[in-house]
Amino acid sequence: MALSQKTKETLLGPLNANNPVVVQVLGICSALAVTVQLKPALVMGVAVTIIVAMSNVIISLLRNTIPMRIRIIVQLVVVAALVTLVSEVLKAFAYDVAMQLSVYIGLIITNCILMGRLEAFAMTNKVWDSFLDGLGNGLGYAAILIIVAFFRELFGAGTLLGFRVIPESWYVANGGFYENCGMMMMPAMALILVGCIIWAHRSLNKEEK
Amino acid sequence: MNTNSNTYTIVYATVVVIIVAVLLALVSQVLGPRQQANIQLDQQKQILGALKQDISNCDDPAALYFSLVKDTLDVNGHPVYVAVIDDEPKFVLKLKGAGLWGGIGGYLALDKDLNTIYGANFNHESETPGLGALIVELPFRQQFEGKHIRNAEGEVVSVAVLKAGTQAEGQEQVDALSGATITSTGVSDMLKANLAEYAAFLSELPDYQPETEEAEVVNEKNQTSNQTEE
Repeated sequence: MALSQKTKETLLGPLNANNPVVVQVLGICSALAVTVQLKPALVMGVAVTIIVAMSNVIISLLRNTIPMRIRIIVQLVVVAALVTLVSEVLKAFAYDVAMQLSVYIGLIITNCILMGRLEAFAMTNKVWDSFLDGLGNGLGYAAILIIVAFFRELFGAGTLLGFRVIPESWYVANGGFYENCGMMMMPAMALILVGCIIWAHRSLNKEEK
Repeated sequence: MNTNSNTYTIVYATVVVIIVAVLLALVSQVLGPRQQANIQLDQQKQILGALKQDISNCDDPAALYFSLVKDTLDVNGHPVYVAVIDDEPKFVLKLKGAGLWGGIGGYLALDKDLNTIYGANFNHESETPGLGALIVELPFRQQFEGKHIRNAEGEVVSVAVLKAGTQAEGQEQVDALSGATITSTGVSDMLKANLAEYAAFLSELPDYQPETEEAEVVNEKNQTSNQTEE
């Protein structure tokens, strides 16, 4: 199925040229909090993608009925309801993951990307476009989370998804030469990594602008 | 229709809130039993962990749990799980404390002398992955096995979690996790505080034990062997 130019733009734009994290610099707090290891970052990315896409669809469906004066409150209620739903479902069907993400699932409510997309896109666009926009933005957010988590887990713990990548025998403790970078475990390092990604992203996209 | 009139706004807000409330209440009711079962299963798995059972390949941890844990005693509102492993009773105490970012907890399995630690298991709400969160991993937990919670005089003094190189006075110790000082101190404080809560239980061997006399002999023997070590 060939996508029209506009559809392509809506879905793929947020992955690169209009990325919510590195271009709009939204959702940074959670990007710092859940990226110490790859697995929570993956689950967080999926959860946010589902919630942005679904809340975009719901708000887009309601967009002509919502009273302007309380639109932010209505958006917040929809997002909060969806987040609670996801949290309840995770607790019932994926208890381990729910425990691992603990408070961060609840904190998706405060993720600026959601309110941003609802206010900027879903309030004025059709349902299908809003769905694609939500999907694109969620995936764009997830992509950055995964890149940051990849480097933090690899250099901070020497593992990826819990599997050992850097051999035990390389470590100083076992007579080797290598030591984990403790800095990678700190939230500050996530901010520095996001900064580096923004830097790389800007230099790669210079010609287009 | 004027979507900006006061009446419309109020009715709209009310309807939205009622729909969401009903939906969430419904989901909570439907998923409630499943979540409770998960929480219970998780607790059983943790107790099995403290009893040094490897459940990574176990199909039915609940069945294993019920085959080992025979009884639950209540000590001033604190549970003691009585398990029998290789015909020896083990007493599992529940621990609760505070780490760096949130609560930590765990289970401590004691041998029938109520002195030697058989196994320990820890959990945490939100400790730093890769640092404080390592308290749930085997290398940290296994350090506790075989340690004694009493000093040579038989008083309950807990086990200290200390930086390698420091020496605890009058109690046994295990190594703290590097880079996770506050979590390690939290584990140490949690053990001390919770063992104090269980003082009533630890002060005498429980009635549950049929061969009390024999157990006390073992207990005394254990203490003498401790003294000789000293």
